[in-house]
Amino acid sequence: MTDPHSHSDTPLKQTPLHDLHVKLGARMAAFAGYDMPIQYPSGILQEHLHTRAAVGLFDVSHMGQAILSGHDAVKRLETLVPGDLAALAPGRIRYTQFLNEDGGILDDLMVTRLNQSGDQLYLVVNAGRKDADFAHVRARLPHLTLNVLDDRALIALQGPKAAEVLSRHFPGVDTMPFMSLRHIEKDGIAFYISRSGYTGEDGYEISVPATHAVAFAGSLLQAPEVKPIGLGARDSLRLESGLCLYGHDIDTTTTPVEAALMWSISKRRRTEGGFPGDERVRLQLAHGPSRARVGLLPEGKAPAREGCDITTADGVLIGKVTSGGFGPSLNAPVAMAYVEAEHARIGTPVHVLVRGKPLKATIAKMPFVPQNYYRG
Amino acid sequence: MTIRYSKDHEYISVDGDVGTIGITDYAQNALGDVVFVELPSVGKAITKGGEAAVVESVKAASEVFSPASGTVVEVNSDLEATPSTVNEDPAGKGWFIKIKLSNPSELDELMDDAAYQDFLKTL
Repeated sequence: MTDPHSHSDTPLKQTPLHDLHVKLGARMAAFAGYDMPIQYPSGILQEHLHTRAAVGLFDVSHMGQAILSGHDAVKRLETLVPGDLAALAPGRIRYTQFLNEDGGILDDLMVTRLNQSGDQLYLVVNAGRKDADFAHVRARLPHLTLNVLDDRALIALQGPKAAEVLSRHFPGVDTMPFMSLRHIEKDGIAFYISRSGYTGEDGYEISVPATHAVAFAGSLLQAPEVKPIGLGARDSLRLESGLCLYGHDIDTTTTPVEAALMWSISKRRRTEGGFPGDERVRLQLAHGPSRARVGLLPEGKAPAREGCDITTADGVLIGKVTSGGFGPSLNAPVAMAYVEAEHARIGTPVHVLVRGKPLKATIAKMPFVPQNYYRG
Repeated sequence: MTIRYSKDHEYISVDGDVGTIGITDYAQNALGDVVFVELPSVGKAITKGGEAAVVESVKAASEVFSPASGTVVEVNSDLEATPSTVNEDPAGKGWFIKIKLSNPSELDELMDDAAYQDFLKTL
């Protein structure tokens, strides 16, 4: 059998929760330079289903957290991203992307406006891109101060019972709006609690000082509803929910328009531009992109994975799978792909080549499962 | 009945000139939850070290290599409906294919149970 695990001789970094994962019996593997839990003994299927039914606890401390501060931080950061940060109320979060001059995506990130004056922003970026992102911000926004919070852990608590569980620790967080953040001091410890996530479920991402991360994670895990969830299920959860994974579904060769992320660019930003690649993005918005990110539902049970070619029924190549696997909640294979725009309509029958064999598949609406975000 | 093991964690359980091929408990554990198994057609000739099947977990697809050469005489079509049998009973109901051995002397290059257990200790 081919070895399902990759091996690396590069020394790996550890998150503050590393030893807890090992103690919980996690299978550890390299991810973005960190030794991370891929799964716990119950396995990816159970972890995935548990998160959709109750609460999953994820260590996402490998991701980059930073505070960007200084005069006009909102306005200045808008020169690097197409997201509408000026329209954000204090304590509200925006999903956006760092773009290059061609409108290609350097990374996707969450930006929280921390105060009314807009001179303090909290950023959360992808682990594999954080060094490049922070260097980019420092080079392009020299008048602002970027304070990288590498002394903080990040714990995601996701699932339909997440609000109930976290309210026991922080009364009132159950009514926090989706995509909002609260700074809460408890026992002298500063927590940044965001109502956001990467599973399609209601939930939170909680920034906690590294020194208190193990105790905090341990106290959350004491609740009978909460189980630790590894990166394997994190990937299948986000895939079923139609959420992009950087380096796979989006990268420097894809624009937000091609990636079907237009919803993250407001009318004002579309009209005014003022972000890298704005001309190309506006042209694509006006005329439609030549290709688009779509959902793909293969018939049968064979997963269509990243790199699988997509053709018309006549065998003409029209695209490629960028993320694919098995969706445990759907109990069927699911995938994301880029296809030529004329074949991107929902319901279009296509073929996906799995190990060279053409299998029937359909361009499908995403998310593949209903999103269960808190809507008040 | 003789059972032999490969270093890639396949087993072949030999009864006369027919070998039943599957993956070991170590392999199913390393894979995690099996969600799909692709099996060859009956009548297909396969060679030692060649692809006998493809087994897919939530995360990844892995090839199952044939520990010996022969012709496929039967496949475990139950795995189409319940691929998780590979996790639950890899050495029993979770077998993949049966082949008619074309060169039984190839089995001499494989490990017996004691040698395989020793091999696992080195991993």
